[in-house]
Amino acid sequence: MYKFRYHKAQSVDEAKKLLTESNEGKILAGGQTLIPTMKQRLASPEILIDIGNIKEIQNIDKKNDSIIIGAGSKHSSVADSNVVISHIPALAELAENIGDPHVRHMGTIGGSISNNDPTADYPAACLGLGATIKTVDREISADNFFTGLFETCLNEDEIVIEVGFPIPKKSCYMKFPNPASRYAMAGVFIAVFNSSVKVAVTGASENGVFRWTKMEDVLSSNFTVSEAENVKLSPEGVMSDIHGDSDYRANLVNVMAKRAVEKLNG
Amino acid sequence: MPNINININGKDYSAITEERQLLVNFIRDEVDLTGTHVGCDTSQCGSCVIHLNGKAIKSCTMLAVQADGAEILTIEGVAEGDNLHPMQEAFREHHGLQCGFCTPGMIMSAIDIINRKPNPDEQTVREELEGNLCRCTGYQNIVKAILSAANK
Repeated sequence: MYKFRYHKAQSVDEAKKLLTESNEGKILAGGQTLIPTMKQRLASPEILIDIGNIKEIQNIDKKNDSIIIGAGSKHSSVADSNVVISHIPALAELAENIGDPHVRHMGTIGGSISNNDPTADYPAACLGLGATIKTVDREISADNFFTGLFETCLNEDEIVIEVGFPIPKKSCYMKFPNPASRYAMAGVFIAVFNSSVKVAVTGASENGVFRWTKMEDVLSSNFTVSEAENVKLSPEGVMSDIHGDSDYRANLVNVMAKRAVEKLNG
Repeated sequence: MPNINININGKDYSAITEERQLLVNFIRDEVDLTGTHVGCDTSQCGSCVIHLNGKAIKSCTMLAVQADGAEILTIEGVAEGDNLHPMQEAFREHHGLQCGFCTPGMIMSAIDIINRKPNPDEQTVREELEGNLCRCTGYQNIVKAILSAANK
């Protein structure tokens, strides 16, 4: 690791101030991506601003028709939260299957979505449930938040403080994990609301998480496995690497979508 | 350089440490508790698993400064004097190790599993061991040991 300065922030306001004043500063939440990246010298922030101990952003509550999750909530807290389990069980299950237990004890939802790894799980839940991401400065809809591979619309000095997930009638996340890394090779989040169906796909596209609108249209009018099977994701723009080429991955997405519909209808 | 205060296995330590010092290196090199191992150094193998405020984490993927004010439990802290922790005893009884390199991390993870899920079935134990690699045993006896400790 290259040298850096470190500051443990006591509040979000303090973190924001330090980040704004800094030159090449980074927010440290759980560190499960940032620290490995720094160890490989792929990142070299001048200062790390640790928000890991700020309790005010670790809340998980139900507010009106949404579940509000503080950005500093660990994956294990989301997985074990009774509020999440009883209102959006698919979200708890998604959190329960991120990485391994040790990563889940450290990694946070805010860190995951701010990093927007194209194979991460939370971005699919955010898009699939139509989440609203609240930062220190504004509220952003998930549709506008994720802008590409490891890219979000966050400004340099913007910090995510909470994510609000509308409660669907039912939802399901199906993931085909890479057997070694446990990152999604294909992950499909389907949420059924009163008047719409949302389908989000992670792990597959070269541009990161996306909404599969063709599948949404079909499922909105007829939510059946046979209809889902008729929609095929084009392999064009789908990632291709040693773990699977684009045809294979596109097919995995089709299969995960089918299984999700099957489970939701079961 | 920052000064940090950490309680490790019930004992308070105060030290000046470089910001980029990893927690595992702090435990091994500064506190001389070398039971916590560095295997892969890339958050995969789990040889470095310790408990931070009661929860299992990978100490190779955390900075020592992050742990300022925390309570840490390492493999050296689980036995009571000459009496092995029931999980250590179960690993011995069921031969849950061969070379032993992964064992401290395995045992710290295993204790954490039982803390969270007191009566796991075999499938649960295997899933929960996702973050711990053993290249000798094929996991059979490790799983057996954890299940037997859970029943005690």
